Amino acid sequence: MGVFILRRIGVMILTALCLTFVVFFLTNLYPALEKLAKTQGNQRMSDDAVVSYLERNGHLQPLLVKYGQWLGVIPGHVHENPETGAITARCATRGMDPSEAPRFCGLLQGDWGFSTVFKDDVSSIIATRLGLTGKLMFWVLVVMVPSALIIGVLAGMREGSRLDRSLSTFSIASTATPEYVSGVILITLLASSAGWKIFKGTATSAADNATLENFLLPVLTISLYGVGYIARMTRASMTEVMTAQFIRTARLKGVSFRNVVLKHALRNALIAPFTVILLQFPWLLNGVVIVETLFNYKGFGWVLVAAAGNNDISLLLACSVVAVVVVLVTQLISDIGYVFLNPRIQIS
Amino acid sequence: MESLTWTGSLSVLDPIFLLAWIAFGIAVVAQIAATFFAAEDLVEHEVSAPTRKLAEYAVLGVKIIAGLILLLMLVYVVGGVLMPTLDTKGIVGAVSTRLLPVWIALLVTFAASIYFKRRLGLYGKLFDSMVGMIGFAIVMFWVFTAIFGAMDLIVTHDPLAQVSGMKNKVPGTALPDVEGAFPYYLLGGDNLARDVFSRVVKGAWEVVKVAPFATLFAFMVGITLGLPAAYFGGRLDTILSFVSNLILAFPVILLFYLLVTPEIVQTGIPVYMAAVLFIFPIIFMVILINSRFYVQPMKRSVYLVIVLVLGLWIYSGVAWNSDPLGLIEFPPNLLVVFVSVVFVNSPTVFRIVRGIALDIKTRDYVAAGQTRGEGPWYIMLWEILPNARGPLIVDFCLRIGYTTILLGTLGFFGLGLSPESPDWGSTINDGRKLLSIFPHPALAPAFSLMSLVLGLNLLADGLREESLRD
Repeated sequence: MGVFILRRIGVMILTALCLTFVVFFLTNLYPALEKLAKTQGNQRMSDDAVVSYLERNGHLQPLLVKYGQWLGVIPGHVHENPETGAITARCATRGMDPSEAPRFCGLLQGDWGFSTVFKDDVSSIIATRLGLTGKLMFWVLVVMVPSALIIGVLAGMREGSRLDRSLSTFSIASTATPEYVSGVILITLLASSAGWKIFKGTATSAADNATLENFLLPVLTISLYGVGYIARMTRASMTEVMTAQFIRTARLKGVSFRNVVLKHALRNALIAPFTVILLQFPWLLNGVVIVETLFNYKGFGWVLVAAAGNNDISLLLACSVVAVVVVLVTQLISDIGYVFLNPRIQIS
Repeated sequence: MESLTWTGSLSVLDPIFLLAWIAFGIAVVAQIAATFFAAEDLVEHEVSAPTRKLAEYAVLGVKIIAGLILLLMLVYVVGGVLMPTLDTKGIVGAVSTRLLPVWIALLVTFAASIYFKRRLGLYGKLFDSMVGMIGFAIVMFWVFTAIFGAMDLIVTHDPLAQVSGMKNKVPGTALPDVEGAFPYYLLGGDNLARDVFSRVVKGAWEVVKVAPFATLFAFMVGITLGLPAAYFGGRLDTILSFVSNLILAFPVILLFYLLVTPEIVQTGIPVYMAAVLFIFPIIFMVILINSRFYVQPMKRSVYLVIVLVLGLWIYSGVAWNSDPLGLIEFPPNLLVVFVSVVFVNSPTVFRIVRGIALDIKTRDYVAAGQTRGEGPWYIMLWEILPNARGPLIVDFCLRIGYTTILLGTLGFFGLGLSPESPDWGSTINDGRKLLSIFPHPALAPAFSLMSLVLGLNLLADGLREESLRD
């Protein structure tokens, strides 16, 4: 088991390195850098000015060197202007004398860089925004997981019954409704002058003070898309368990249907959905970005869109690190959890 | 001129329709509650008589009311077509009149398919399943709407034309001055005073022309890589699986933002990706033919030459936009969208194909083929692949729906397609800013997208049911 986890963590780190390198490569292409220079300097910069700006800030070094600096395994870039002698250093924070800057500054040193859009340290932006998204995610899970499991178990306990058919239709409909569609419909029904104006169509104020009025719709929108999938998986697993021999034995012994479902079937049927729920996280991340944009809730997804739209390299890299780590960690937990929950699986 | 009402002269039926829906809701709830009580015990005779009676009544009630609702909908659609003037047709009637070619095409398709269904294989079997038929009807409705819409048979206005005074007008508003044009905006105007109905119809074409082909390409890539990964295993499998996991671990939206921004397009990376991804169908076809006709060199050469000439011609036009004959061209921004959607879908297809092939590889007929001395590619493409078709066809339907959602996501974030493009995602994005005041411009494409994806999911469900019965 220990070797298995170690190997998985090794693969995980390799994957994370590859992915961040891809993001690094794509954000550091010359046209992207040129745009960065022009947004930082001014729009009518001459080509020479762009080159000198990029040179000064170390953007023209070889890609691998820059990547190493960002990781913190290569000393940070220091540039001395040949005419004025002014020194600019990558590791110098604003207002610090460049000559006193530390040699290394990268992820390993805990320095995530400086956001060019929000004019703030990336680590503090990511921390606050992730907190807000965490709040959203928490409520999404609170709404989504129990309802999906209940729907799945109810549908799966009697395959082919009317209850099963109505609930399965609901889950198919919910998987067919992406967040930007259900969000639009929910806002129209519950937060517009055309419908019932009982909730708010924006969740901006939910960042400080989340109430039912401003937070229910975004939470509901993300949950709806995920519910169907988890419910279908739960149903499949439940129907499989319900046809197993031990269930028939229990029935023949005279155990009531309620007890068969609650005491015998349920525990075995919930192993598969556990993995499914964890593997839903990458999709939830997608939903978060869409919903935060739609409801203007300034969390992690909103920052990701802002960073990507303005080619804010440090912020975008930090976002991708966070996203990739979330995905990989949930994959790892789901694998390990599966082994613990299902004693039949042995990993050598 | 006055605005149109929703149902015109048929509005006498509206109260009945509304009541039917309310009754339907009550009956469904009652039915679920009844089954819930009945579910207490598995054995039928243990259920107490009153509960069972109640359940039976609820089921019967749901059936009758659902029938009534369907009948009323049919009356609205057919009656709308038959009504003489636009005033008496109402919005529903006018829309259904505009969609007349679609109704006719749907009727013909269904009549022909049901008549010949015993000779049509899996497609014919689809018409044995109610769910499959409903799904197929919805999908074909949108396909026909898209095709006739692209032929300008359905649209009432130019989807890009703006008519002053029609900004954010509600559905059924009359145009201020009519000069030969259609006198109403059937589904209202959007925030740039364009006709929502025409935009939705044109948007269907945007989806129908991209989604199936993008999915097909993703399948070609996934199959060409997934079969050898499963069959040969070893290092090839390790590397390919690692790469596919790598792509899958990427949040889709981040990938879209990185691939579709104008700066990246400027560097030409999407074109190189297209060059790599689009070569797979050619490789696939070449291997397919080569392994099949290996023992008949004459036939093989002829087929190979045909495939290579045709394939490379299309390839040069589509991927590099340098068709020597100048016949095929692919708009660059559409190419970017196409490539990123194929790129996102391929790893999942790869995984599915690899999983199925790993299972089939252990069957006896594969071992028999190996003993006969069949080559690895023949076994993969002519022994394993045909036996994996059931799950692959089902997944293909589901994946078209997923691709539609992805295309909508791209449009929603304003990526790739031109800002004026009538595709559903962009239209929802345009409409969402004024959602709480004027919801109709965003609602129409939202419902369209939802119904298309729902139709594809139902179709996949029907196919799965029927292919399992084989």
